[in-house]
Amino acid sequence: MAHQHSSGGGYEAFAATAAEYGVDVRRVSPEEAEAAIEGAVDQPAVGALLPWDGVALPAAVTTDPTPAELSAATTGVTAASLAIADYGSVVLRADEHGSEPISLFTDHHVAVLHEDDIVPDMPAAFDWFGETLRESRDSAIIATGPSATADMGALVQGAHGPKTVEVLVVA
Amino acid sequence: MSSDTPTGGTARESKAEHIRQLLATEGDAVAANTRGFNAGRYESVAKLDEYEALKDEARAIKADAIERLPELIDAVAEAVEENGGAVYIAEDAADANRYISEVCEEADADRLVKSKSMTSEEIEVNEHLQARGVDVVETDLGEGVLQIADEAPSHIVAPAIHKSRAEIAALFNEYFDPEEPLETAEELTLFARERLGEQIKEADVGMTGANFVTADSGTIALVTSEGNARKTVTVPDTHVAVAGVAKIVPTVEDLQPFVELIGRSGTGQDITSYISLFTPPINSPTVEFDDPETPIGGAGEDRDFHLVLLDNGRLAMREDEDLRETLYCIRCSACANTCANFQSVGGHAFGGETYSGGIATGWEAGVHGLDSAAEFNDLCTGCSRCVEACPVGIDIPWINTVVRDRINDGHEGEFEFLVDGLSPDVETSGPDLQKRLFGNFETLARVGSAFAPVSNWLANADPAAALLERVAGVARERDLPAFQRTTLVEWVESRDRIPPADPDRKVVLYPDLYTNYIDVERGKAAVRTLEALGVEVVVPSVPGSGRAPLSQGMIDTARAKAEAVAGDLDPYVEAGYDVVVVEPSDLAMFREDYRHLLPEERFEALADNSFEVIEYVYGLLEDGGDLAALDHATGEETVAYHSHCQQRTLGLDTYSVAVLERCGYGVRTTDAECCGMAGSFGYKHQYYDLAMDVGESLAAEVRAADADHVVASGTSCTDQLDDLLGDRPAHVVELIAPEGEQSVLSATSRHTGDGNR
Repeated sequence: MAHQHSSGGGYEAFAATAAEYGVDVRRVSPEEAEAAIEGAVDQPAVGALLPWDGVALPAAVTTDPTPAELSAATTGVTAASLAIADYGSVVLRADEHGSEPISLFTDHHVAVLHEDDIVPDMPAAFDWFGETLRESRDSAIIATGPSATADMGALVQGAHGPKTVEVLVVA
Repeated sequence: MSSDTPTGGTARESKAEHIRQLLATEGDAVAANTRGFNAGRYESVAKLDEYEALKDEARAIKADAIERLPELIDAVAEAVEENGGAVYIAEDAADANRYISEVCEEADADRLVKSKSMTSEEIEVNEHLQARGVDVVETDLGEGVLQIADEAPSHIVAPAIHKSRAEIAALFNEYFDPEEPLETAEELTLFARERLGEQIKEADVGMTGANFVTADSGTIALVTSEGNARKTVTVPDTHVAVAGVAKIVPTVEDLQPFVELIGRSGTGQDITSYISLFTPPINSPTVEFDDPETPIGGAGEDRDFHLVLLDNGRLAMREDEDLRETLYCIRCSACANTCANFQSVGGHAFGGETYSGGIATGWEAGVHGLDSAAEFNDLCTGCSRCVEACPVGIDIPWINTVVRDRINDGHEGEFEFLVDGLSPDVETSGPDLQKRLFGNFETLARVGSAFAPVSNWLANADPAAALLERVAGVARERDLPAFQRTTLVEWVESRDRIPPADPDRKVVLYPDLYTNYIDVERGKAAVRTLEALGVEVVVPSVPGSGRAPLSQGMIDTARAKAEAVAGDLDPYVEAGYDVVVVEPSDLAMFREDYRHLLPEERFEALADNSFEVIEYVYGLLEDGGDLAALDHATGEETVAYHSHCQQRTLGLDTYSVAVLERCGYGVRTTDAECCGMAGSFGYKHQYYDLAMDVGESLAAEVRAADADHVVASGTSCTDQLDDLLGDRPAHVVELIAPEGEQSVLSATSRHTGDGNR
C-alpha cells in the first residue's frame, strides 16, 4: 500500500471516535503485530493476507479458508486500506483473498490498519476512493462499528455481520 | 360525482375511521420511533460545522445530475459494461420484472435473496418472481418481519417501525413456534440472523437496490447497517441491482456530501455501520457453501451483474417543472420523521402505493399517478418543517400543493351551490366543496365580520355545526373562529392619530385575515408597539395573502391574491415603507411561496422588505430603540412559547425568544414540530382526531413547562392550544405592547362574539 496520507494526530482522533462505537483500538509496532493479532483472536480464526512487508498473520489464523472453515470461524482478520478519523471508520477493500466474506461472516472482526493510512475526514477519504475505484474498479466498504439493527424494537449490535470489532494500528 | 366519491362525506367518514384505527394500533410505536429519529437528526447535524454548505453541495450535485441525466445514463452503461456487467434500462415495472425474471431463469434460480430496496417495492418484483416459482427472501430484518406478517412498509428506511418488540415476538413465536419462546430484541435478532443467514447461503441470485450509482466507475453505493446487503452481494454469483434512473451521480467524489448527510438526516446516525461502495461484478470470490471443502479464492471471475435502471415515469418527471425536484430525493426519510402528522400515523396513512412521508406525493404522482397521491396528499399541511430537514433542500410543500391542485381538477360535488356565493375563486380546476370553503376563507371572514356577532352564534349553533360537518366536513367539535365586528383596518382609521412628523422608520402593517377579522387585539398591540419605538404605522386595506387557497391546492386563486397583494404593497415598498406581518404563515407567503406565484423581480422586492413583527421589533431595539417603552415582566414571570412551524423554518423564532427575554421573561420553548391545526387542517372532520393527537404532544410540553403565560405566534397554534388547554394563548406582541387606548389583555375580550364559548 504505497499511499501516504497526512497522519498528524490522526491516530488519537480515530481511536476516540471509533471508541464511541464500541470499537477497541490499539497501536502496535510492526514487530509486535503478529503477537497482538494472536492475542486479539478467538479461535477458530480465519484471515486474509496482510499487504505490508514485515507484518504477518500468526499461524493460528487460517488463510484461504474453505466455506466450512469460514462458517465455523469466530474471528476474521483482514487489512483495512484506510481509516477516517472524524467518523471512526475503517475502509475494507474487497480482494481475491476473501477479505470481504472473512470480515463479514465472523462474529469478531479484527481489522489491521497502518497508521499512515488514517485520513482526517470524508473529503480526504473520497479523494482516495475516486482515484482508487476509477482506476481499479474495486469495491470497498466504509465500516463503522459492528453491524447493528433497530428493527426488533431496540438497538442490537450484531445483526448479519460482526458483533464486535477491534482495530490494530501498526505504527 | 356524488357524495360517495373520494371527496364526499362517506369517504371522509371512512378516512376518519382509518386514521382513528391507525392512531390506536400503530400510533404509539410510530411516534416513539419517528420522534427518536427526528431528535437524533437535530443532534447529529449540529455536529457538522459545514452542515448548510454540505446541503448546498448535495443539492447542486443532484440538480446537475438530473440536468445531465441522459448523458449520465450512457456513461453508467459504458462503465458497467467495461466492468463486465450489463445495464438494462426498464421503461416501467412490467419491463423491469420481465428482465429480472429472465435473469433468474438463466441463473436457474430457485431462491433470490434481497436487501432492502424501495424501488423493488415500487415494481412489486417479489410477487412477480414468486408467481414464477422463485423463492424471494427479504434479508433486512425489518423487511423480513413484514414478509412474515404480510404487511407493507410503514416507513421508507425503517419499514417495520409500526411494530413494537412485543408484537414482533408474538409474530415470531406464532409463525416459527421455537422451542423457547422469543422475547428480547437480542433473541429476536439472533433468531432472524441465523435463519436468514442459512437462506442467504443457499441463494442463487442476490438483489439489492442502490442509494447512488456513479457514472465514472459504475460503482453503486448502499447505505446499510445490518450487513445483509454485503452478504447478498458477496455470496451468490449473480447480482441484480434495481435503481431508479435518478440515482446516478457523475463521480465517486460526488458521493461524499451524501455519505455525510444521509444517516444524520434520516435516522439521526452520524454514519450507518456500512457504506458499501460496490463496483460490480465485485472482485471478490463467491462463497460456495454447497461445496464446503474447496477453499474460497479468485477475484470473482464467475460473477454476473445486472444493473436495472428504472424509468417508470422518472424521465417524464424530469420534464415536469413542478415534479422535477422530487428526483433530487435521496430517500433519507427526514421529511417523514420531521412531519408532525407522520409522527402520529406513519406511512400506512401518510403514504401511497409504495412511498410514504412528505416527498411521497411527488414520487407517487410521478410513478403511480395522481390517484395514488390523492390517497394521502391532504396529510401535508404545508407546515414546511421538512424543507430545512431535507438534505437536498426540496420544496416539498410546493410539490404537495401542485399535486393537490392537479387532484382538484375535475371534482364537482353536489352541494357546490352552497358555497358558490361565498367562494369567488378563479379555479379552472374543480376543488371539492370542503377545499373551496376553506380556500375562500377571506370571503367568509369578510361576511362573518360584517354580521358579527350574529354570524358567530349561528355558525357555532348545533344545527349549523351539524350541517357544516355533513356537507363540508367541518368538524363539529371545533368552535369556528369568532369574527370581530370592528376590523383592525377600521380601528386604525377611527383613531384620528396624527402621524409623527419625522418618524425613524415607516411601516405598512399588513392586515392579515386573522389579525384583521379575528385576533384584532394582537394587531392593535403590534401598532402600539411599533409606534412606541418611533415608527409611523399605516394599515391599509389589503386582500388576503392567498395562504388559504394555496393550502387547498387552489393555485390560480392564490396567484390572483398574490398579484393583488403585491399591487397594493409595491407602492409602499417603493416609497420606503417596510412591510410588517403578524401572522407567520402570511409572512412565509411573501418570503417563500410567492416565489412560485409572482415574477422574480416582484417577488424579491416584497420578500426583501417583509418582516415578522417581532423580528422587526428586535431590529428596532438593535438599532437603539427604546426598550423601556415596551411592557416588561413584573418579577419572575415565565413564558411557555410555541413558535409557528413556518416561522421556525424561516429561522425567526429566535427573535421572539430574545425580545421576550429582554422584556424580563424567562422563556421555555416547545420542541413539537407543529401544533396539528395547521390552518384549516384541524377543522376538517376527517382529520380532527389526527390533529388532536398531534396537538396533544404539544399540549403535554406546554403543561410540563408550567409557565405564567402561554404564548404562540400563529393563529392556528393559538386556536389549537385554546382547544387543548381551555385557555387562549396570547401573541408575543401582546405581552410586550405598551398600554394603549383599548389594551385589554384578556382572552375573553377577544371572544365576546363567540356564542359557544
